Amino acid sequence: MSLLEVRDLSVTYGADVRAVRGVSFSLDAGQTLGVAGESGSGKSTVALSLLRLLPSSARTSGEVRLGDEDVLTMGWGRLRTVRWAEASIVFQGAMSALNPVRTIGEQIREPILLHEKVGIRAARERSAELLDSVGVPARRVGAYPHELSGGQRQRVMIAMALACRPDLIIADEPTTALDVIVQAQILSLLGDLVRESNISLIMISHDLSVLAETCDRLAVMYAGRIVEIGTSRQMIAEPRHPYTRALSGAFPTIGDPASRLAPSGLPGDPPDPRVIAAGCPFEPRCPEAFAECSTHPVELWPAGERRESACLKVLPEFAKASA
Amino acid sequence: MNAPALEARDLKVTFPPRRGRGPARAVDGVNLTVGAGEIVALIGESGCGKSTLARALVGLIRPTAGEVAYQGTTLGYSSKALKRFRRYTQLVLQDPGGALNPKQNVFDAVAEGPRLHALRSGLHERVHDALSRAGLRPPEQFVDRYPHELSGGQQQRVVIAGALALDPAVIVADEPVASLDASVRGEILRLILDLRESLGLSALVVSHDLGLAWNIADRVAVMYLGRIVEQGPVEDVLLRPKHPYTRALISVLPGTDVDPVLLRGEPPDPTAIPSGCRFHPRCQRFAALDASDERRATCTGRDLPVLTAIEPGVACHLVDQPIEESHASSDIR
Repeated sequence: MSLLEVRDLSVTYGADVRAVRGVSFSLDAGQTLGVAGESGSGKSTVALSLLRLLPSSARTSGEVRLGDEDVLTMGWGRLRTVRWAEASIVFQGAMSALNPVRTIGEQIREPILLHEKVGIRAARERSAELLDSVGVPARRVGAYPHELSGGQRQRVMIAMALACRPDLIIADEPTTALDVIVQAQILSLLGDLVRESNISLIMISHDLSVLAETCDRLAVMYAGRIVEIGTSRQMIAEPRHPYTRALSGAFPTIGDPASRLAPSGLPGDPPDPRVIAAGCPFEPRCPEAFAECSTHPVELWPAGERRESACLKVLPEFAKASA
Repeated sequence: MNAPALEARDLKVTFPPRRGRGPARAVDGVNLTVGAGEIVALIGESGCGKSTLARALVGLIRPTAGEVAYQGTTLGYSSKALKRFRRYTQLVLQDPGGALNPKQNVFDAVAEGPRLHALRSGLHERVHDALSRAGLRPPEQFVDRYPHELSGGQQQRVVIAGALALDPAVIVADEPVASLDASVRGEILRLILDLRESLGLSALVVSHDLGLAWNIADRVAVMYLGRIVEQGPVEDVLLRPKHPYTRALISVLPGTDVDPVLLRGEPPDPTAIPSGCRFHPRCQRFAALDASDERRATCTGRDLPVLTAIEPGVACHLVDQPIEESHASSDIR
């Protein structure tokens, strides 16, 4: 059985801003899934809605099944237990996510003391172990966030997420704003933790290459929907959706003559989340669009083994269509 | 040969000591040139001094030692000389949302520079021209809008238009795409290449992103703790890196085949620069040397000369020397 099963999740902010429009995916224990997309694609909204962390202006429908319960309908008491103990989140800006006036040790201990029946001494020991496991010297347990570097703060965030031994970690842009070397350290740390302790991981980023490095599977979101999902290897090597292709071309491979002095981008802007377009939402920006794209409704169609794509071109009748 | 568009000559910027620490040697002896029509990428981690160097090159920080020169002329720091210099070179900052005044519309944002330089005649054409060169076409559609009505990519184009409005010969762009989406990134980089093509603009692009150098630069300079440690044509430096630091940077890029070299620790402190080679405490090649190896003393004790700006160079005592590199030495923790 899947650890996490999301069915037809939709989120609307205010009256008509439809940030997420029917997202479904599932995740088995120990699996890793990367979710990519640009700002406004709805990827962070999906991440937050998995633990019902959205502001009250958001209306959510669909199902988020964690184990055999629906997170979207469970009572508050149960939700409090699920947060931290069964699933936890690593947010992006570690400086603003940590409390500046409390030591990192206190902050790591807090969820342990709240969720587990242990004394302060055991919690202290555990927080020191946790710091050690994420590569921050345990003697720094009394340090305040401002005394740590950006990479160390992000490690502390990961230690907090691990504090109550959750089954699932959701990492929202965990390495944005970090340098390449520190980013590589954090990614390898996350990868090791997932492998060693059989934790499932959902990682959100706008950088497809970063996700492919850490995750088994990738989902690409555009305008509130998943437009392509498949194994990382396939998604990078042979993307079936033109948007996936554009995203993977945005970060060049050094040594690839095609990208030398030729940055590749995608003209145009994502559609207004208040407008519901007929046809494919990517059509106005798509370099490969043809006549039917603006009228024919799109959904995720099978596009190979364990692979789905929401491009008309995966359908046999349009496979050879061209602009 | 024409004089370079912009040069740093033995440039040093030292910030005064704070809270009992030593003075911070943010830029500690740098030679760097940007030739006419050339795009140079300056690559390094946060804290390596790359932004300080960029600010010194546009005259916002006065160097402690050494000099900045443009077209062979040494930059003076009288307000008159600076004002003249600022028409010649323009800075583009990382976060366009923060660089634009939210209460100023696009026209006023772009017109600010020309107004300060008393270029009042033809202001309308100048602003419209700058906007369309920055890819905001037709300009009439954008002049009345405010920053919050624009996407991140459009905001960055307004910032670039503001720089272009003064007809500069060089732009210095500090992380011009770091805060932008993947799909917009390529568009802005292509704009910088197009401006070189159409206007002969030179550019120094400061970034932590080696892929950016591969995408747009002719030459690349890798900076570590206040010094350039490796410098040369992009193909040479990125495909055949010689400095262990450059190699480590390239090895950790997603999608590369080489074994990642995960340097230990974080970029060190410019208030306490290690003796000898400043990279040796994190160097995977130094760590692979036997305890008895005489070369260790060279790495820890002998200073490296500052690289010249013209010739490709590598600031490493061990360059081209055979060393058995073991993986244990490059372990993350």
